[in-house]
Amino acid sequence: MSDGNILEIRNLRIEALSGQVLVDDVSLELRRGEVLGLIGESGAGKSTIALAAMGYARAGCRIAGGEIRIDGTDLRGIGPEGRQGYRGMRIAYVAQSAAASFNPAMRLIDQICESPLRHRQMTRAEAEARAIELLGKLGLPEPAKLARKYPHEVSGGQLQRAMAAMAVIGRPDILVFDEPTTALDVTTQLEVLALIKQIIRDLHTAALYITHDLAVVAQVADRIMVLRGGKMVELGDAEQILGTPEQPYTAALVAERDHSRPLMSALPRDPGPPVLEAVGVDAGYGGGKVLSQVSFRLHRGETLAVVGESGSGKSTLAKVVTGLLPQMAGELRLDGRPLAPGYRQRDADVLRRIQLVHQLPDMSLNPQHRLAKIIGRPLALYSGASGAVLQRRIADLLDLVGLPADFADRFPPQLSGGQKQRVAIARALAAEPEIIICDEPTSALDQLIADDILKLLMRLQGDLGLSYLFITHDLGIVRRIAHNTLVLLKGETIALGPTAEVFAEPMHPYTRRLLVSVPEMRKGWLEEVMA
Amino acid sequence: MALFGTRVPLTALFGAAVMALFILLAIFGPWITPYPPDATVGKTWTGPSAEFWLGTDNIGRDILSRIIAGAQTTIGIALVTTVLSFTLGVSAGIFASVGGQWLDNLMSRVVDMFLSVPVLIMALIVLTALGSSIPTLILTIAFLDSTRVFLVARAVAVDVAARDFLDVARLRGERMPWIMFHEILPNAMPPLISEFGLRFCFNFLYVASLSFLGLGVQPPQADWGGMVRENGQAIAFGILAPIWPALAIALVTVAVNLVVDWLLSRNVKPSGASAEL
Repeated sequence: MSDGNILEIRNLRIEALSGQVLVDDVSLELRRGEVLGLIGESGAGKSTIALAAMGYARAGCRIAGGEIRIDGTDLRGIGPEGRQGYRGMRIAYVAQSAAASFNPAMRLIDQICESPLRHRQMTRAEAEARAIELLGKLGLPEPAKLARKYPHEVSGGQLQRAMAAMAVIGRPDILVFDEPTTALDVTTQLEVLALIKQIIRDLHTAALYITHDLAVVAQVADRIMVLRGGKMVELGDAEQILGTPEQPYTAALVAERDHSRPLMSALPRDPGPPVLEAVGVDAGYGGGKVLSQVSFRLHRGETLAVVGESGSGKSTLAKVVTGLLPQMAGELRLDGRPLAPGYRQRDADVLRRIQLVHQLPDMSLNPQHRLAKIIGRPLALYSGASGAVLQRRIADLLDLVGLPADFADRFPPQLSGGQKQRVAIARALAAEPEIIICDEPTSALDQLIADDILKLLMRLQGDLGLSYLFITHDLGIVRRIAHNTLVLLKGETIALGPTAEVFAEPMHPYTRRLLVSVPEMRKGWLEEVMA
Repeated sequence: MALFGTRVPLTALFGAAVMALFILLAIFGPWITPYPPDATVGKTWTGPSAEFWLGTDNIGRDILSRIIAGAQTTIGIALVTTVLSFTLGVSAGIFASVGGQWLDNLMSRVVDMFLSVPVLIMALIVLTALGSSIPTLILTIAFLDSTRVFLVARAVAVDVAARDFLDVARLRGERMPWIMFHEILPNAMPPLISEFGLRFCFNFLYVASLSFLGLGVQPPQADWGGMVRENGQAIAFGILAPIWPALAIALVTVAVNLVVDWLLSRNVKPSGASAEL
């Protein structure tokens, strides 16, 4: 072992209990103070490797072979108690979802101090003082007060910082970041990313940084390892991987992150009357107003993007248009005729013409129904098709979204995330709609797969003349697919117009903040933005 | 032994075997009893012998024949009761989860009222007032038990009802029965199946207890709870007569629970982590 390496993993092999190989012959080393980015799609084995670096395998998996050395000691050879001594002290973990990782019944301070107390590193008073000092350094307001709160009382970004404090309190040599900013808004992601970078620099720790977003890893990593299907594809300096990738797979990943190519086709000069129109719509829940005075027009074949941070009212707008949430004031018009506020008052044909594609296909597809039923039910309901005609139309729809016809007998849990989202799109198409409301349909998917879904949506728009109300927080997507854009801030319209104009100077400060927060895939971008 | 691709533990196999034995007895009982179950065929309270394997009861009837005949009555009544109670409780529970807040509150509070009185006490009052017959017995226990089923079904259904595919179904213009029985019910089944086993045990014990108290199945029809009552005094003389029906009650209860335990453990098997990979 060379002197500089704090972590060495040799020929790591991890298997599921069923015998499936999850990680196959992966080796890596980490020098003191170095950040190694692990990048790949879900299922690539990134998190599995990161957990293995702590000598840990998830339920249902086991570390089948290889060495994991921290400062020369093989974690596999020192037993559970020995490994316990390393975790939290020498190597610490920051998980993707802080909200799911904190114990909701314990105050933040007790959870942050747990590790140093357990390892008898500090007394309680020392640990608490250190915790509050750390929270302050991480830019949290009134750290002493915040520390006494419960996890549900603070925001997602604050929770993610508290988790970082929890990881660094024991002054570990290695930090493992498992997609720490993926669940955050772009604007919050920017702040947390800058803090993570500062922590690594100030404490001079080594870090493994896991993400599926190359632009994020470009900001923090010295070296990058690309993984696919549990195997290493490429390992190199960040500049080399991003600039001159050697492997075709890496090149594809780098290319897909390139936002410059628009996917949409141009709108006709005279788009005709709008299909859907909203005039001065107010909406909210139980008296509280979430949307105020929102107006827009959507034409045939047009994509209107609705962007904003979480809490800006994007999803509420989708609920109002579908009729799940009747508006408080204002009017919606479909082809010039007023739309009834609640879906119960709308007749079947109106319901048919507006369809919805949700963010999470796991929640929007009934796991107990075969695809034939999921897609066949709206077909039968709206067109009255049955028997062989119905079967043929189900096969046609599956084909239209790029799935084989024999998938009709499968259940959703047997499909991958991208395939499930295709089924959700096929179900919407079964109604032969004019408008599809897409509520962040790609935000839960990997980049390459999300890109395929976007291309599918654009192809369908061209073939069928569909109009999309596309809700998203990803401005990269907006610039590629949306003809027009509506920017919402706390339910108020900040900007509305052609996408190019909305994102051209002069811009509203909020629009600019959203725009500059989208990570760019080059080193030094973070420093420029934060400066 | 493997079933559905998983190992079935020995305890569950034992439970299933005992259940199968008693179900066969209940179905084929009338053809295999060695003596007519209601006829006096020997002396009072004789011990086990080659002639009467389990001895005779308080009026000289063959205990083995009465246990076989009683299997049909006791298990049959408990099963019909549980099926009824589930139909009612599950429908109501799912309905409460999608029928709106007002209806949910109303139904839940009415159920709370019934929950505050023990089933056995309530059943005693109803059966005393209406007089005991098998249909009254079944309907009374089924209704009271359905309030317990309602709680479980509603809790499971509320969780399913919050998912997006319910919104999709509503926006498609689906009516309430489709939403309840096609969208929610299949997703609520796994926990409800284990609950069915548990509720069967309770109902089985209620029937036996009510018969023991003289308000369930009426003599001379054979049933296990009634048999314990008829022979109860014999225990003071060290005679085994009341032990046999009590043992049958205990065996069925334990057997069903062993199978339910296995079903429950299958439901909570950690699959999330490996599923994600």
